[in-house]
Amino acid sequence: MPRRDDIQRILILGSGPIVIGQAAEFDYSGVQACKVLKEEGYEVILVNSNPATIMTDPEFADATYVEPLLPGPVAQVIEKERPDALLPTLGGQTALNLARTLHEDGTLERFGVELIGANYDAIGRAEDRDLFGQTMERAGLRMPRSAIATTVEEAEDAADEIGLPAIIRPAFTLGGRGGGIARTREELRTIVARGLDASPIDQVLLDQSVLGWGEFELEVMRDRNDNCVVVCSIENIDPMGVHTGDSVTVAPQQTLTDRLYQRLRDQAFQVIRAVGWRPAGRTCSSRSTRKPRRSSSSR
Amino acid sequence: MTGDIAYVLLEDGTRFDGDSVAHDSHATGEVVFTTGMSGYQESMTDPSFANQLITFTYPHIGNYGVSAEAMESDRVHARAAIMRSAVNREDAPNAEGAWLDWLRDCGVPAITGVDTRELVRHIRDGGAMRGGVFPGRIAEHEAMELVRAEPPMAGLDLAREVTPEGVHVVGPHGGPLIAAIDTGIKASIVRHLVQRGARVALHPCGVSATELLQSEPEAVFLANGPGDPAALGYIVDAVRGVLGKKPVWGICLGHQLLSRAVGLDTFKLPFGHRGGNHPVKDVETGRIEITSQNHGFAVVGPGGAHTIDVDEPVRWETDFGTAQLSRVNLYDRTVEGLTLLDIPAGTIQYHPEAGPGPNDALHLFDEFLDQVRPDAAHPDQHAGPDALRR
Repeated sequence: MPRRDDIQRILILGSGPIVIGQAAEFDYSGVQACKVLKEEGYEVILVNSNPATIMTDPEFADATYVEPLLPGPVAQVIEKERPDALLPTLGGQTALNLARTLHEDGTLERFGVELIGANYDAIGRAEDRDLFGQTMERAGLRMPRSAIATTVEEAEDAADEIGLPAIIRPAFTLGGRGGGIARTREELRTIVARGLDASPIDQVLLDQSVLGWGEFELEVMRDRNDNCVVVCSIENIDPMGVHTGDSVTVAPQQTLTDRLYQRLRDQAFQVIRAVGWRPAGRTCSSRSTRKPRRSSSSR
Repeated sequence: MTGDIAYVLLEDGTRFDGDSVAHDSHATGEVVFTTGMSGYQESMTDPSFANQLITFTYPHIGNYGVSAEAMESDRVHARAAIMRSAVNREDAPNAEGAWLDWLRDCGVPAITGVDTRELVRHIRDGGAMRGGVFPGRIAEHEAMELVRAEPPMAGLDLAREVTPEGVHVVGPHGGPLIAAIDTGIKASIVRHLVQRGARVALHPCGVSATELLQSEPEAVFLANGPGDPAALGYIVDAVRGVLGKKPVWGICLGHQLLSRAVGLDTFKLPFGHRGGNHPVKDVETGRIEITSQNHGFAVVGPGGAHTIDVDEPVRWETDFGTAQLSRVNLYDRTVEGLTLLDIPAGTIQYHPEAGPGPNDALHLFDEFLDQVRPDAAHPDQHAGPDALRR
């Protein structure tokens, strides 16, 4: 991939504190990005609210701001530092949502800052569950049955189609904060109400339950020339239903045959291409599940 | 499983002790390593591994058992499996049998507890070399005699050991007929050709150019296979006899044979390319594929150089006109594919059929078959998959 010489100063948004759903891999990839970009001769400006990460040690960036990862403070940094580009793909959900806001409120345009790694639309396709579902459908990839709801009543209607148990997740909170698994109508109402509260856009996603299925993740990377590589494959030892934040995982995956693994790899590339990340060093996590062959409760 | 002591002995006297975990016999041959993280059964049954003992760099083998779908031929061709650790479970989700039971039933010895990292470093430094896996009851001096009795890989014709006795044809009637010289063709290659509608005639490796032409194929396919291409002069002669008369496409050993047929030379790589993670660059488009590889020999570049130092479609002058580099290996800059510009022929050193490994290059089968179908609207004169891009 050719080096871009039309940009000099790059703003990186960190991921803030390590939490479930936004774990240390984002911090790690952010640190790596700072190193690589500096090695390549770019000036790196960093905003991260987490003073405990090695990322905010002074030598990792040309200018480091330990400030809240909120639109106001970051806009001030942009105004002062005047970066050419904003790289939002290395700070997890926090950075992606922040970049979206800075685009929507006109900050990026006002100061002529280009979003690199993923543009506004691509962030939307990856982070908005409805858009993501449509994108996957167009790419020919199968997903668990799902629906979007913005009220408890809508969610109850949707559950008639999807069935219970159903997984409920608020939109725009990657770690699933405010979500849960509803096994009964009553649980459904409670969890949906909580999820709508937690979602910054008052939206929840209901998914067909894949409880008990095997869970695999692929970290994949794509460059501007559309070359894709798998950074690593990951297998969750605990089945679907144990939250990823609690689940023991092992890398690389251990139990898929070569043919199944290669199919999963092909699909992960379909996902990253369909979403349209054209990143400079973005890892995109793609998840897949496998139904246990000897499951007695298969539908 | 015996649970008895076994050891790996290399021809330079290096010894690694471990546990005998499959068939309680000994095996000698060339000790090589593969970096594939999955696909152990495909590798063991790939005829290109004939006369070789496979060291798996992946430290834990056998997790998902064995299955009929993963057979790349009708039997195990590798002579032994050398592993850090192994499991023998048959209750994995897709398993039809357990890995070590299967090896034992196939009469194949295997050893675990070997420091495979050290063994691989040794091979990388010293080159793939002769060696063996021996049960502890065989004394080391006897083992060394057995190792030394093994012929070196350079100069070895192994095609004759893996080729079928007669011609057999697979695939749908009416599909374009591809005449393949079966030097140990992998099942995945046949499957991908047939899935795309081709009818494939598998010929014994001693087939002559006249016999190939008399079968009136749409194209001739040169397969993968074991051994040294320089020892296969009779196949090279047959290829010379069909070049320019029929489109010819080669994979792996087939790439080397076609290259020799047009007058280019081949050489033995120090430790070969084996695994599913080799980046290969298409020098025309700049695109990179992660490829499946399994070869110990390679084709020389223009001027006899072993490596290509530029990312450009450099050219050779050959007995059949100009050849152009299509692909280069980004690990060691060796030739990974070439296209003949004046006759319909092209080759690929790696394994677009995967089995095991990535599917990144499967499109080459579509491009090859689009080219040779008799009803192709405007047949380009080049059969090589790369010709289509021009």
